[in-house]
Amino acid sequence: MKAKLEVRNLHYSYHTLEGETQALSNISFDVKDGEFFAIVGPSGCGKSTLLSLLCGLIEPEEGTILIDGIPRQDSDAVIGYMLQRDHLFEWRTILSNISLGLEISHRLDEAAKERLLTMLDTYGLLQFKDARPSQLSGGMRQRAALIRTMALKPDILLLDEPFSALDYQTRLEVCDDISSIIRTEKKTAILITHDLSEAISVADRILILTSRPGRVKAVMEVRFEPEFDRPLSRRNAPEFSAYFNQLWKELKLHD
Amino acid sequence: MIETHPTLTQQEFLAKERQHKLQVRIVRTMIFVLFLSIWELCADLEMIDAFIFGSPSRILSCFIQMAADGSIFLHMGVTLFETLISFFFVVLIAVLCAILLWSSRSIAEVLEPYLVMLNSLPKSALAPLLIVWLGNNMRTVIVAAVSVAVFGSILTLHTGFSQTDPDKIKLIYSLGGSRKDVLTKVLIPSSIPLIISNMKVNVGLCLVGVIIGEFLSAKAGLGYLIIYASQVFKMDMLVMSIAILCILSTILYQAIALLEKRYL
Repeated sequence: MKAKLEVRNLHYSYHTLEGETQALSNISFDVKDGEFFAIVGPSGCGKSTLLSLLCGLIEPEEGTILIDGIPRQDSDAVIGYMLQRDHLFEWRTILSNISLGLEISHRLDEAAKERLLTMLDTYGLLQFKDARPSQLSGGMRQRAALIRTMALKPDILLLDEPFSALDYQTRLEVCDDISSIIRTEKKTAILITHDLSEAISVADRILILTSRPGRVKAVMEVRFEPEFDRPLSRRNAPEFSAYFNQLWKELKLHD
Repeated sequence: MIETHPTLTQQEFLAKERQHKLQVRIVRTMIFVLFLSIWELCADLEMIDAFIFGSPSRILSCFIQMAADGSIFLHMGVTLFETLISFFFVVLIAVLCAILLWSSRSIAEVLEPYLVMLNSLPKSALAPLLIVWLGNNMRTVIVAAVSVAVFGSILTLHTGFSQTDPDKIKLIYSLGGSRKDVLTKVLIPSSIPLIISNMKVNVGLCLVGVIIGEFLSAKAGLGYLIIYASQVFKMDMLVMSIAILCILSTILYQAIALLEKRYL
């Protein structure tokens, strides 16, 4: 399959008055169309920096990012970004929160509103459309945040530890929930996490980064039998612990 | 959480709370009544000189007399009007300046020492200067009142603005928004509580500024009345003006508190 996203020799450093901190060094990888790609690494390895680069919030110092073979800055591909916390605005209702992206790009017409309502219905949030975010549970809030991102019809979805702010039980459920939605929509997704089992339970391939400066240490392919297609059932699959140990060893190596 | 029939212990707790609130209210009222009665009694028994210290009954009769010819309402109206106008300008100028400072780091850094200096300057020192510049009129009073509140307000709002959650700003950019979207979609809405709590402080400061202004340059208003009364030694009138100021400032504060309750 053709690569949706190609990253070539990416370098990035942070500059402060105290000095220069190299965050990412010589990062290269490909993500296929419709693939669920996970990036793991120790904290401070520049994972979030990498997503900010992919999203275009910051520009790389060296290297290129190609989307469908076109440089990111020239491409009109839409990139959706889900942050660690849902950041739903308390001063807006759920419906108006999920309209935020369309509102900013001035595309909030009647048809778009209709589509948002359908999405709310599909994801079981229709009855909360006029509710305030604080009235929703952590899982429902994260789902609303996903709709806000999906409303822009992104070609690539970036997920920056979107479940890390949730308690463990909710986290498993929401992870199962959200990744199933993404798979059903056949979106290309890149998930950043420091939770190895989370990466194994959702991803097709896992990229392992070293600690600062982040370098590509290995890319590991994850394959499960079709009956273990959902994250929760993957955790019960026999291969799961083998993958976990392999990933664990890769991370420990040379560290 | 949702209890249709409160348990016995819950009922006891509620009864206790009600009793506590009632007690507070009774003691509050008693202090007020006691204070006025002792004051009145002392004046009646000539333990204090009612001519110098006034007495509740003399203050009341002074108020009734001035209410009859309507002059007290003129003074109250003038002070209230000046306070509201200056309050309006303070909020407007402070919000606009804070946005300007937020929008450009360079402007903020260049202007910061000047703002800090102007904020810590005792504004009453400016009033004589303003009289020379602007004349002996209401304009001077309003400018004096604005100058008392506006600099601190700009600094408070700017600090609040720059503490906006960076991830919320990142969210706007990731949705393809510009700096203007950050301003209208995140900064302003998330700062409404700050702006309102700042308004509570400002309305009091504006009243302070108006009174300072009226002391020096006015032909009407409670500040003018206080100065006039002290010069002609009408102590009843002076104390009455202060009492009215107490009530006025409480009403203004409560009005903003009400606004806060309605919108938050």
